[in-house]
Amino acid sequence: MGAGHAHTLYVHEHSPVHRLPPETKVLSAFLFVAVVAVTLREAIWAFGIYTAMEAALVLLSRVPVRFVLSRLIAIAPFVVFALFLPFIGVGKDIDVLGISLSSEGVWAMWNVLAKATLGATASILLAATTEIPEIVKGFGRLRVPAVITGIASFMIRYLEVIAGELSRMRTAMTARGYDPRWLFQARPIAASAGTLFVRSYERGERVYDAMLSRGYSGVMPALDTRSATRWEWLGSLAFPLLAAAVALVAVTTS
Amino acid sequence: MAAVEVADLHYTYPDGQAALAGVSFRVTQGERVALLGPNGAGKTTLAHHLNGIRRADRGVVTVGDLTLGDDTLDEIRKRVGLVFQNPDDQLFMPSVGEDVAFGPANLGWSGTELEDAVSGALRSVGAADLKSRVPHHLSGGERRRVSLATVLAMNPSILVLDEPTSGLDPAGRRELIGVLQSLDVAQLVITHDLYFALELCSRALIMDAGVIVADRRTADLLGDEQLLKRHRLELPYRT
Repeated sequence: MGAGHAHTLYVHEHSPVHRLPPETKVLSAFLFVAVVAVTLREAIWAFGIYTAMEAALVLLSRVPVRFVLSRLIAIAPFVVFALFLPFIGVGKDIDVLGISLSSEGVWAMWNVLAKATLGATASILLAATTEIPEIVKGFGRLRVPAVITGIASFMIRYLEVIAGELSRMRTAMTARGYDPRWLFQARPIAASAGTLFVRSYERGERVYDAMLSRGYSGVMPALDTRSATRWEWLGSLAFPLLAAAVALVAVTTS
Repeated sequence: MAAVEVADLHYTYPDGQAALAGVSFRVTQGERVALLGPNGAGKTTLAHHLNGIRRADRGVVTVGDLTLGDDTLDEIRKRVGLVFQNPDDQLFMPSVGEDVAFGPANLGWSGTELEDAVSGALRSVGAADLKSRVPHHLSGGERRRVSLATVLAMNPSILVLDEPTSGLDPAGRRELIGVLQSLDVAQLVITHDLYFALELCSRALIMDAGVIVADRRTADLLGDEQLLKRHRLELPYRT
């Protein structure tokens, strides 16, 4: 239970990016991804600039390059899908090494690859420089309703507790000789999911009792009063603004 | 004046099982009292009645000069610091600091008043350096002490602790005894750890089948082997 002191997406560092208030980073990452998504796919140079911007951010935040690349594996399914596009696109109008490909398909592949990679890198950098509770706090400061951020923070708080319970249940099953290989052996797993649900429900009741005991009256107290300064906003938003300028130039010169 | 007084408390669970069958006792201010008894005796249920988490079918709970009722519920929850058996139920906020701040913030405290309450409570349990930590990354002993801090921050007049030593190693248990002895507040301690009770509390109650069956000085009570045996209790070794 006490193991695993930092979550796997976070890189402990003391960089200017780490120090930025979470709400500015959440908004900037969102805007950057949005700008990348609407950039014309034909403006290859624009994607070059975006990549350079993200590379600069990686250096500034002192997140190891290898860390970012290894987390990028998450988008592998999209990459595999994209690689098929030149073969299944309509109209085989170009010929590469004797294989006829669809130029529309090649553009579609490039579009998916470039945007997915840039978008995923932005989220990886956000998570690597901001601890998860801070991200939730950032959403709260961006006026996301307290019910939503409340649910998110309880989920984060209890995810490890419930995962721990699940792994103890699996250990207990294994200890009594359960070694599922076939589908018909799945029944105990389904039963354990039910047990886990009931246990979590009961825990929810106990936690609610604990909250009542300390004066909870239906509204989470406002503990978070700090907000970002103008300079912090400016420093953070400079990133998506620069990207937006690039996208704009790409539109006007196309 | 009693820190807490309970008179003829009755409670039956919705499934018909009687948990409290006429419980009466009082804890005076500054006194530390152990509540002993077998599993299923109704100890935890009783604890949940002391701050109105559960409401009795019959009987009266008085905390200081207040009688528990709908209009006094908020003030009584401030005065009675209930620490749950499992720290994972007690600690639900993303960080230790926020968790300790939860109670006093619900009382309407803010700014430096709130910060002082949080740092004061953490300091009193020797956990000042844990403020920014995540609750599920703490050791068992740290969780216990932080759980205690979450209610101390509300400046209660009585602490009700539900099996505070369960799952603690000997050093963690020793630290907890030190912390509890240093606190100048009435304490009702539910425990199966009889030496813990002996060391901490001058007086002990035995509860069985929903009633208090013994109320004596802890040393006398633990010396009565027949009494302990009748209520499924025993000292770890006999002299």
